Amino acid sequence: MITAIFTIAGLATLFGLLLGYSAIRFRVEGDPIADQIDALLPQTQCGQCGFAGCRPYAEAIAGGGAEINRCPPGGESTMIALAELLGRDPVPLEDEAAAEKPKSVAFIVEEECIGCTLCIQACPVDAIVGAAKQMHTVIADECTGCELCLPPCPVECIHMHPIEVTPQTWRWPHPPTPGREVVNG
Amino acid sequence: MADTGVAARIHGGLHLDEHKQESNATAIRTLGLPTRLVLPMHQHIGEPAEPLVRVGETVLKGQMIARASDYVSAPVHAPTSGRVTAIGEYPVPHPSGLHDLCIVLEPDGEDRWDTLPPGFPDWRSTDPAEMRERIRWAGIVGLGGAAFPTAVKVNTSGQRRIETLIINAAECEPYITCDDRLMREQAADIVDGIAILRHVLGAERCLIGIEDNKPEAAEALRAALGATVDAATDVVEVPTLYPSGGERQLIMLLTGREVPSHGLPAAVGVVCQNVATAAAVADAVLRGRPLIDRIVTVTGRGVVQPGNFRVRFGTPAPFVIDAAGGRSTDYHRLILGGPMMGFSLHDHQVPVTKASNCLLAPAADELPPSPTERPCIRCGECARVCPAQLLPQQLYWQARAQDFDKVQDYHLFDCIECGCCAYVCPAHIPLVHYYRFAKTAIWAHERDRDKSDLARRRHEARQARLERLEAERKARLRQKKEALEQQPSAAGKDPKRAAIEAAMQRVAAKKAAQLDAGQAPNDE
Amino acid sequence: MNALDVNSSSPHLSGPHSVTRVMGLVLVALLPGTLAMQWYFGWGVIINITLAVSSAVLAEAAVLALRGRPVSHTLIDLSAVVTGWLLALALPPLLPWWQTVLGSTFAIVVAKQLYGGIGFNPFNPAMAGYVLLLVSFPVTMTRWLPPDVISGAAPTLTESLHMIFSGMPPDGQTWDAISRATPLDLMRTELAQNRMISEIRASPLWGDYGGRGWEWVGNWFLLGGLFIIWRRVISWRIPVAMLGSLLLVAGLFWAIDPETHPFPAFHLFSGGAILGAFFIATDPVSAATTPRGQLVYGALVGVFVFVIRSWGGYPDAVAFSVLLMNMAAPTIDYYTQPRIFGQRGRDDA
Repeated sequence: MITAIFTIAGLATLFGLLLGYSAIRFRVEGDPIADQIDALLPQTQCGQCGFAGCRPYAEAIAGGGAEINRCPPGGESTMIALAELLGRDPVPLEDEAAAEKPKSVAFIVEEECIGCTLCIQACPVDAIVGAAKQMHTVIADECTGCELCLPPCPVECIHMHPIEVTPQTWRWPHPPTPGREVVNG
Repeated sequence: MADTGVAARIHGGLHLDEHKQESNATAIRTLGLPTRLVLPMHQHIGEPAEPLVRVGETVLKGQMIARASDYVSAPVHAPTSGRVTAIGEYPVPHPSGLHDLCIVLEPDGEDRWDTLPPGFPDWRSTDPAEMRERIRWAGIVGLGGAAFPTAVKVNTSGQRRIETLIINAAECEPYITCDDRLMREQAADIVDGIAILRHVLGAERCLIGIEDNKPEAAEALRAALGATVDAATDVVEVPTLYPSGGERQLIMLLTGREVPSHGLPAAVGVVCQNVATAAAVADAVLRGRPLIDRIVTVTGRGVVQPGNFRVRFGTPAPFVIDAAGGRSTDYHRLILGGPMMGFSLHDHQVPVTKASNCLLAPAADELPPSPTERPCIRCGECARVCPAQLLPQQLYWQARAQDFDKVQDYHLFDCIECGCCAYVCPAHIPLVHYYRFAKTAIWAHERDRDKSDLARRRHEARQARLERLEAERKARLRQKKEALEQQPSAAGKDPKRAAIEAAMQRVAAKKAAQLDAGQAPNDE
Repeated sequence: MNALDVNSSSPHLSGPHSVTRVMGLVLVALLPGTLAMQWYFGWGVIINITLAVSSAVLAEAAVLALRGRPVSHTLIDLSAVVTGWLLALALPPLLPWWQTVLGSTFAIVVAKQLYGGIGFNPFNPAMAGYVLLLVSFPVTMTRWLPPDVISGAAPTLTESLHMIFSGMPPDGQTWDAISRATPLDLMRTELAQNRMISEIRASPLWGDYGGRGWEWVGNWFLLGGLFIIWRRVISWRIPVAMLGSLLLVAGLFWAIDPETHPFPAFHLFSGGAILGAFFIATDPVSAATTPRGQLVYGALVGVFVFVIRSWGGYPDAVAFSVLLMNMAAPTIDYYTQPRIFGQRGRDDA
């Protein structure tokens, strides 16, 4: 009996020391969690999550103040990546987020633009150039497709154009998975 | 036989039915002018070329109609004289079957040359940089099929010294014989090009690697070398084994050096060029001619008279097929490139480009579709034949599971897509398709990540600017307020009136501030 | 032209290999050894194969139909036939028919199809079926026939059928009179009674260098094994590593004490070592796949065979050793990844 107690106690001490040592020895110096979350977010800065941009949303998730399913542009893949990072269970996307839209960029119909600068103020990434009373243009490469410029436009001259696949951005499709389709052997 | 022995062996590889004799027996025929030429701006690796001409403009043969838009890019020249009838999106030879920017040229039938720059008859004493510039101007890209801009490849400044130039004459893929015919008929040009490339690179020696199934071509090269008394260039016959013509594989065979996994051949003192590229270099440097055409093999039972043709870029594929006797009754589909690495064309009208080495029109039973895929039985045959010594089945499992980190741990990007693994797979798994799927998906993720990083930086910059403006505005307000507070005491006005004045001034200041904020981006 | 053509990736050429061909070659390679077993142990061998193969194929067809998978397309890969055949070769020739059917069905349904079918089973199905039978029916599973060179004549076809389907010995005979332990079993029980190897060698079960009869069965399986290595169905690594390590370890102990440890060749040519080395341990689905991994895997199977035979509770050990190493195969593969092209010393010029 005594031996058993001592053995168990000895083992417990040994493993405790081992765990303690490895916790110090193999500690991973990681980015603060908010940075890691922010890195996974699509950076559209669209505010559809209810926060004023990706960073505030990341901080809210890190602080436990927000669910991980509120990013429509990121879609399901972002939600799953967040779930994996945080060790949480995946949550189905909220209704409006569930319908994934094709990636788009804003386009200003230049003939209709009155040069009011309202869209310029709305753009979270300064992707619209132009001056007061002069026609504005979207820098397509820098547009995140957040759609924040649409509501302020008084003449509705901004349209969203889906990003077209070019031979350079084209992806090979996943090969058809065997067994799924029925084969008449 | 060989002047120098093979230095090392490569791992794996396959002995395939060669199917070379269908197309290599007849001389190269030069193709006439089609009714229109469609010239894609992106015929090479790197950034697309930028059009220099407008619709309606008349151009001369050899005139540059699109310029290189970046360091890794290549210009495009008019393959004949004529009029630009359109600039827009047309089907291009690409596995996606998508359209891309092209210049459409309607030949005037005169085939009149533009004034060409003079050649460098005394190139041996010319500065290599000048000749690199000429190669770049001529729009020369690797003609083996990869189409990497040659001027970039021969610019090895800042890297280790190049000792050996390797000329890839292996042409290891079945059916393709364009290099074979070129060597038999234009060996002298090739030898000139080799000498020029050696000079540009400062390479002491040159090894021409050729598979031993092309004895006539090897003999022609030796004869041409004999005429120039070039002692530093050797023809090395390598055993016919697919894919001995892979760049890294050929370097291994000829020099015994292993190009590092993430490095360039220059890391082992080697630069590798295709034979046809060497001939194009001779054309550009000695005669001032830009690259406007290439030899294309047209073969397969789907055409009546297979053979090799000198084809202007932009010539629609059907025009080339017609020159090869037209479609036979077996015509069924069209592959650009060979049976191991080529891709099926969605649109059979696409033009010939700098990368088009072969138009293969197989009969239905010539290259039958692979039998239905079965589960992998992990037999390991794929790993045994893989020339890159990868574990294809592990790559397959990870790619299938879309685990894009793991698939890179198994060195996905060292895969040269030669197709050996898929060829031997007893379960008929389209392995290369999985690797291409994974590679393009990873590239897409990288593009997305770059884009979101850019957006993050721009958003942060904007936030910082807005905060700065806000702070400045507050500072200005404070100053004005302080000024106001001092005024009444100095003037001795009654406090009530002073308060109203202050309020009015605040409103004015606010308006001004708003205007400032509104115009803020203009100040940037 | 159809959509499949344009959307499929290169290569547009496929080789002559197929799973059916691989499995077919394995079956061809099994023939000489199988015939030798039939020669020495009688019709029971053939009856077992018939029973095991047909129940394996039926079980496979049934599960595939239940899983909604294409049945005939999958069956022609012949993998179920190979599984049934290999299991039958490991069973005593007069095993009651329902035990054979049970083992074979278990191998296919539980060890293979429940894991997802061919390619997905972590364990060798035939050996899983064998082990199930061995632990469930130890009496019948160790009731081997003596080779007919000892008994005078193997049972006839009718006698065999009678015994297999009734589970009874022929009238007026007892099982003890008909059956005999295998040489390995004999060795183990006799050694346990502190008898010397030289005494045990006097047993009629002992042949020139292995069990009598068994040694020739082994030779014929060896021939089949060399055939599939030549046809490149399997690599030489696993068989060579397994037999090599078995010889080495057995040789070591024999050198230390030849009176308590049998001559190494005895280990190779009595029981299932040869069959196991060429046909069972090499099952690609459940074995290690990297070249170095195969050497490690084979060598460890060999060591386990010796350990279990010498100190374990069961007479033969190939099944247990293979299953044990099946568990380790993914780990072995992970740690024995080959160096890829271009990873040699960065600057070897």
